[in-house]
Amino acid sequence: MIAFVIRRLVMGVFTIWLISVVSFVIIQLPPGDFVDSYIAQLAASGSVISANEAASMRELYGLGQPMYVQYGKWLSRVVTGDFGESMMWRRPVTEVIGDRLWLTLVLSFAALLLTWALALPIGIYSAVRQYSWGDYAFTLLGFIGIAVPNFLLALIIMYFSFRLFGANVGGLFSPAMQMQPWGLAKTWDLMKHLPLPATILALAGTAQLIRIMRANLLDELRKPYVVTARARGLPERRVILKYPVRAALNPFASNIAYLFPYLVSGSIIISIVLGLPTVGPLLVQALVAQDMFLAGTIVLLLGVMTVIGTFISDLVLMWVDPRIRHQMD
Amino acid sequence: MAKANDAERYAVATQMQLTWWRFRRHKLAMVSLFIVALFYLLAVGADFLAVSDPHEGDARTSYIAPQPIHLFDDGSFRPYIYGLKGVRDVKTFKLIYTVDTSRKVYLEFFGHGYRYSFFGIDTDRHLMTLRDPRVTDGIHLLGTDLLGRDLWSRLMVASRVSLTIGLVGVSISLVLGVLLGGISAIRGGWVDNVIQRGIEVVRSLPTIPLWLGLAAALPNDWSVTQIYFAITIIISLLAWTDLARVVRGKFLSLREEEFVMAAELAGASQTRIIFHHMLPSFASHIIAAVSLALPAMIISETSLSFLGLGLRPPAISWGILLQDAQNIQTLALAPWLLLSAVPVILVILAFNFLGDGLRDAADPYG
Repeated sequence: MIAFVIRRLVMGVFTIWLISVVSFVIIQLPPGDFVDSYIAQLAASGSVISANEAASMRELYGLGQPMYVQYGKWLSRVVTGDFGESMMWRRPVTEVIGDRLWLTLVLSFAALLLTWALALPIGIYSAVRQYSWGDYAFTLLGFIGIAVPNFLLALIIMYFSFRLFGANVGGLFSPAMQMQPWGLAKTWDLMKHLPLPATILALAGTAQLIRIMRANLLDELRKPYVVTARARGLPERRVILKYPVRAALNPFASNIAYLFPYLVSGSIIISIVLGLPTVGPLLVQALVAQDMFLAGTIVLLLGVMTVIGTFISDLVLMWVDPRIRHQMD
Repeated sequence: MAKANDAERYAVATQMQLTWWRFRRHKLAMVSLFIVALFYLLAVGADFLAVSDPHEGDARTSYIAPQPIHLFDDGSFRPYIYGLKGVRDVKTFKLIYTVDTSRKVYLEFFGHGYRYSFFGIDTDRHLMTLRDPRVTDGIHLLGTDLLGRDLWSRLMVASRVSLTIGLVGVSISLVLGVLLGGISAIRGGWVDNVIQRGIEVVRSLPTIPLWLGLAAALPNDWSVTQIYFAITIIISLLAWTDLARVVRGKFLSLREEEFVMAAELAGASQTRIIFHHMLPSFASHIIAAVSLALPAMIISETSLSFLGLGLRPPAISWGILLQDAQNIQTLALAPWLLLSAVPVILVILAFNFLGDGLRDAADPYG
């Protein structure tokens, strides 16, 4: 069991390292070095930078030195929490990102919870009442969930809510709450705005999970022990919930490791459509404006958050499912 | 007698025949196969089906609502649409085109339109054109966008781009997946371990931010074709893992089969066993995995282009068309722009059903 945790931990650290390399590559990719584009940016807004300042900046970022030295310098600063400065906003990257990272996580996590909360009962229902009208309806809904990319779904819902109710459904806060400091009222406001984007985000994952749950449970229900349990007169509810459902849960739970990154990914796109204050719109703006420190940092932080989230869900999974605890290769 | 014949036919049928027979029984998958085939046909004949040049527009005819075709005129088959009438806006003095129901514009099949090249043949034939070439009204089956470009024509050409990007991307993923999955299964040991851990790492990355980052870094001065291939490669870089897992799993389970052992005992070389005995027996599984990977590719491209970081205008793809429908103000003004979503949903749904049917059929003995 400890070996399993350590293996996961090593994998996580390796993944984070890989993400840091990719983020660094993204920062480096635009032609010319960072200081060149910084000078160009400043010149565009009318101010100039002295040759001395440029040289000291080059020194600071290790420009002109081999790539691995630059990477090392960048990484050592990142570890201390210095992510560089956003060119677009002229402020430290961490300040620009601010609450957005947490809101991204809150949204993704809400979608994850919703996925479970929906997929579990619907999956059980669809398997137990196979080929009933309800089963067909959920199957249809599930296929729509898979086939409609979530940004499209967001667009369509936005259009119809505008058409039918004349209301804009975007945002995570009411306009009045936007600038308020954090407090109970603001948190409650967030809770009120969260369900719609979380549902849109959760739909695709839920659809897949329902199908997996349904198939697994159907396999279990056909096994002789279920017949035995029934023959011994156990109440139907108990027959189903006590054994087959628990056995069918395993792949359900092991999918989470891939579900979470998927949700974080999806949140980027629907945030842009719905205008949510997450890192999504910021990332796209930064990339379009070639504000690479901001973009690279967002990619890095998102990646790290995803890895940590996945690691935690692995631990929870291990705690929940004894088979995983015992059969770790 | 007929029964015995059937059994005999079954016994000597090849793997592909068995798969096909089983697949045919899956009604929904058959319909989906038809839809997918239809879309690829549309993609091939995109220019022929387009009614006006998808890149050319007239800003004065912006946001014209879809014009339905009336097939019968006075009881005889003479398809027509209503013409457009230019009205000067009293406030802005802009010429605005609206539908003029008093004037009928007749259509003609296989007439002449803008020039295009069809597999190297230079032609200007189109499915539908205006009968009278002097009339300047366009045919706008699905309306026009802000720049007055015909949505139907753009949708046709976009299908070609979006559908082929899926195919090219899947081919790259397939090569990577078969190669790495195969090596992983055959070599085993630490090689297998490294590749499997690699797959886990790739799968645990949040893909969209990474794609966005890489796509945004493509130079601005690249041509449409260069961007197209670069985007395809970026998308397929993270999408090969599922295929690799399918291939590895199949290799591992087949290695235990008797026919493989028989071939080994008969002295067949390893290459011969892999390519002659093992690969054909799970080719149908690969096809199923590919047809499930394709819709994911199409969604990826559409999402990237939608965000303005995938293909860039003047390229036309589903994502680029949907980009026009991004904000609520535009949608309120021109809701038909959302029609570009219909082919996306249809194709993805069809591919999913097709993949499901193929996966079920891929185990003909099961």
